[in-house]
Amino acid sequence: MPLDANEPTIFELDHGGEGRDWFPAPEPEEEPINSILPTDCIAEQAPDIPNLSELETVRHFTRLSRKNFSVDSGFYPLGSCTMKYNPKVCEALSGLPGFANLHPLTDSQFAQGTLRLMDALSRSLAYLTGMEAVTLNPCAGAHGEFCGMLIARAYHKDCGNNRSVVLVPDSAHGTNPASAVMAGFKTVEVKSNAEGCVDLEDLKKKINEDTAALMLTNPNTLGLFEKEIEEIARLVHDAGALLYYDGANLNAIAGIAQPGDMGFDIIHLNLHKTFATPHGGGGPGSGPVGVNETLVPYLPTPVIEKRDGLYRLDYEKEKSVGQLSTFFGNVGIALRAYVYLRLHGLEGIRKNSETAVLNARYLKKEIESMIPAFLPADCMHEFVLTLKDKDRFGDLNAMVLAKNLLDHGFHAPTVYFPLIAKEALMIEPTESESKQTLDSFVEAIKEILEEYKTDPDRVRNAPHTTPVRRLDEVAAARQPDLVYTCPLCSV
Amino acid sequence: MDYIPHTADETQRMLSAVGLNNPSELFHMIPSAFLDPEIEIPTPVTEMEIVEEMEKAAQKNEGGSMVSFLGGGAYDHFVPRTVNALISRGDFYTAYTPYQAEASQGTLQAIYEFQTLLSRLTGMEAANASMYDGASALAEAALMACRVRRKSKILVSAAVNPQYRRVLRTYLEAQAIELIEIPHTEGITDLGSLKETIDADTAAFFVSQPNYFGIFEPVDSIAEIVNHSDALLGASVYPHSLGLLKSPGEWGADIVSGDLQSLGLALNYGGPYAGILAAKQKYIRQMPGRLAGRAKDRDGNPGFTLTLQTREQHIRRAKATSNICTNQALCALASTVYLTLMGSKGLRSAAERSARNAHALKDHLCKINGVRLRFDRPFFNEFVIELPIPIQQWLDKASEENILAGIPISGAETGSKEALLVCATEKTNPVDIDRYSHLLSKMIG
Repeated sequence: MPLDANEPTIFELDHGGEGRDWFPAPEPEEEPINSILPTDCIAEQAPDIPNLSELETVRHFTRLSRKNFSVDSGFYPLGSCTMKYNPKVCEALSGLPGFANLHPLTDSQFAQGTLRLMDALSRSLAYLTGMEAVTLNPCAGAHGEFCGMLIARAYHKDCGNNRSVVLVPDSAHGTNPASAVMAGFKTVEVKSNAEGCVDLEDLKKKINEDTAALMLTNPNTLGLFEKEIEEIARLVHDAGALLYYDGANLNAIAGIAQPGDMGFDIIHLNLHKTFATPHGGGGPGSGPVGVNETLVPYLPTPVIEKRDGLYRLDYEKEKSVGQLSTFFGNVGIALRAYVYLRLHGLEGIRKNSETAVLNARYLKKEIESMIPAFLPADCMHEFVLTLKDKDRFGDLNAMVLAKNLLDHGFHAPTVYFPLIAKEALMIEPTESESKQTLDSFVEAIKEILEEYKTDPDRVRNAPHTTPVRRLDEVAAARQPDLVYTCPLCSV
Repeated sequence: MDYIPHTADETQRMLSAVGLNNPSELFHMIPSAFLDPEIEIPTPVTEMEIVEEMEKAAQKNEGGSMVSFLGGGAYDHFVPRTVNALISRGDFYTAYTPYQAEASQGTLQAIYEFQTLLSRLTGMEAANASMYDGASALAEAALMACRVRRKSKILVSAAVNPQYRRVLRTYLEAQAIELIEIPHTEGITDLGSLKETIDADTAAFFVSQPNYFGIFEPVDSIAEIVNHSDALLGASVYPHSLGLLKSPGEWGADIVSGDLQSLGLALNYGGPYAGILAAKQKYIRQMPGRLAGRAKDRDGNPGFTLTLQTREQHIRRAKATSNICTNQALCALASTVYLTLMGSKGLRSAAERSARNAHALKDHLCKINGVRLRFDRPFFNEFVIELPIPIQQWLDKASEENILAGIPISGAETGSKEALLVCATEKTNPVDIDRYSHLLSKMIG
C-alpha cells in the first residue's frame, strides 16, 4: 500500500465484528452481573468501540506509523526540541518486568530497586547542574516550570513578601509566561538587545521589589549564550528575586558549565531533550526541578529519603509546595535517563555538548552564504536563520522552505520562533547527526533555492511527496471536527 | 560510550571549517570562571554493564513479582502484547509533537481516534489529546470549570482519591481558588452537605465514580443537586469500569477527567500514565491541551491537523488556557491500540471479570470471623475491609507469603478506624483469592 494512501479510521474499518474472547466467559453457576452490581449503574450496551481483528489492528497502526517522520527515519532539526537519537537499550531496560510491574503504592521496602535509581539519578542531575537537590516528580518541562514557580511563590511568602511579578524575556518559550500565570503570577516581558541577549537596561527598569523571579533560558532560544549572566544574576539577587533556569537548551552546556555556578536558584530539565528519552509524538516527557540549598524545603512531595539503609517516600514536608502528580511523575522516563547518563558519564555528556555545538556551528557556517543568520554571533547548539529579506527571497518564506525540506526527506526546522525574529527558521542538529547528513541538508537547501528560480510555483506549493499536502487549518479551526461521527448515523 | 558518528578526522575538518583548532574553543563566549567545573558523576559503563546493573536493580523490586491486591488509582490489568509491539515502532515513539502536520499524519490520526474513543467512553462530545495523569487532569478540569463559569470556588467529594485531592489543592491554591471538601457519609458523598454548600459562587463539584473506596456514588441524586445550581458537574473516572458502567455523560457530567493507566498501560511505579480530559462541545474553547481535528488538504483529500491552537501556550503565552505543552502522547496511543484490540466486547468482559473477582474475594474474606466491609454498599472492583487485628500486622504477614494485601486507609479517611482497601482485576486468580483468605483466616484464628 503506498504511503500516501488514505488509511480509514478504526471506526470506518469496523465491519460489525463480534469481538474476541479475551477473558474466560462466566461459568454457568456464576450469577448475572446485574445481580452483583446495581442495575441502575450498568449501561444497557457495551460502549461503542469497534471490534477489529488483531491483524486489522496491527495493519492499521503500522500504516499510521509509516505516515510519521521520526528520528529513527531521518534528520529532525527542530530547534529547541533536541531531537537526538534515543538509544534502544534505554527503552528495553526501563521495561524490565521488575520495573514495569511495580505498583506505585507498594510498600517502599519492596521497591528499593526503583527508589535507589531515582535517588541516584536525581543526585547525578544535581551534581551535573550544580544544584543542591533535584525532584523527579514533574511530568514534563512545563510541569517543571509550574513546580519551579510554585517554589518561588512559597519562598517569597515565607520571607513575608507576596511578590506578584515574574519577568520573562521576549525570546522565551510560551510555556514560561503560561507557567508563571498557572502559579498565580503576572508576567512582564523583558526586551532583548540588538545582540539577541537580555537588555540589561530594560531589565533594570522592570525589576523591583515586586519581582519574584526572572525566567531565563541559557543559551537562549536564539542559540546564544547570555554573556552577561553574572550581571543578570547580580541584578536579580540584589532585587531580592530568584533566577530561574529553563533547561530546554541544556544540551549545549551539560558538563561544560553549571547553571548553579551562574547564579540560578531554580532550574528545570527536560529529560526528553538532553537525556535522550523519546518524545513519543508529544510525550511522555519528564521535567525534573533542581533548587539551591535555601529552597530545598519547598520541593514537591513525596521526597525520596534514605533512612536506616532503606529508601522511602516522605509526604510530610511542612514547607513543601505540595503534590504535583498522582504518584511520583514519569518514573519510567527517569529510568531511561538513568541508563543514558550511566552510559555516558561526565565525559560522554561533555562530548555530546561539544559535538552538538560543533554541529550547529558547522551547519550555520555552511548555510549562512545562502540564508543569513538572524544574528552574526557564534551560536551554541542551535541557530536562527531569517528569510525576511523579500528582495532576496520573494515569497519563499520560512514556512515555504520548511515544507520543501519535507519533500527532500528532512523534517522541517522550528518555524516562526522565537517571536523576535521575523521569518525565523530555528535549527538544532544535535550531536547525533553525521557530517554526511549535515552536508546533505545543506545541499537540499541549495536545491530548494535553485528550484525557486526555475519553478517557483512548485516550491510555493510544497510539500508534494508527503501523505497529505498542506491542510486548511483555518477551516479546521472554524468548524472543529474532533471526533468521528458515522456519516450514516446523522442521517 | 556515546552515539556520536564523527571520526576524529571529520571532527577536525568541521572545526577547521568554522575556524577553530580545538573543541574547547567552541565555548569562548562562556565566562571562563564557569568552564570546566568539577562534577562527581559516576564514570561511564558499557551497554553490557548497564544491562547487568539494571537487571539487578529490577530484581530488587520484590513488589514487581508479588501477588498484588493493590488498586487505589493504579491497577494491574491485562495488557495484550500487541500494544507494546505497536507503540514500540520507532516511527511512533521517536517522533515529535505533530506540529508539521504533513509529516505527522500517523500521530495526528491516532490522536483523532483516541479523542473519539474517549468521547464515546465518557459520553462527552469532545476529548483532548491527553493530560499528565488522573490527578493533574482533575486539577485542570477544575481550572477549566472556573474559566467556563467565571467563578473561583470548587467543591470536591472527600471520597475522591486522596492523592488526587492533594494535587487539586496544589493547583487551586496557586490561583487563589477556594476548595471545599464535601465529606462522605459511610463511603458516599454526603448529599445534605453538598446541597448546603453549593452556592451561586461555585464553579463546579467534582465526584468520582466509582469512588476511592470502590463504591458507587448516587450520581443521579448528585446530578440533580448540581443541576439546581449554576455549577458544572465534574467527574473523575476509572475508564476500565466504563466498559460496563453508564458513562458520566449519561448521568449528567459536564467535564470528565480520569487516568488512562487502566487502558493498556503498565504500572511503572506510578508513571508514565496519562490524564483524560473530556467535556461538552460548548466548553472546548476553554479546554487545556492539544486537540487534533480532521481537515482537508489543498487537493481536497482528508487529513488531520492540530487545531484550536489559539488556546495554547505557544500562541497565547500568558493568556493560554494552560501551560501544558508536552503531554503523554505515547500513552494515549497505547490506550488507543488497547481499546481497538479489546473492542466493545473485550472491554465489557474485562470490567465484568474485575467486578466478579472482587466480589468473590469479598465473599471469601467476609466469611472470616471479625472481617467485615467497612461500608455496606455496592462496589465495583475495590472494597474497604476492617480486620480484628492491626492492619500492618496483616500486611507484614501477607508480604512474607509474597502477597501485597491492600492499601492501608487511615481512620481519618474511613471515618472510623484504620482499614484496608483491597482490589481485584480480571487478572486476579481464583487460587490467589483462596490463598489470601486462607492466610488471613489462619492469622486471625
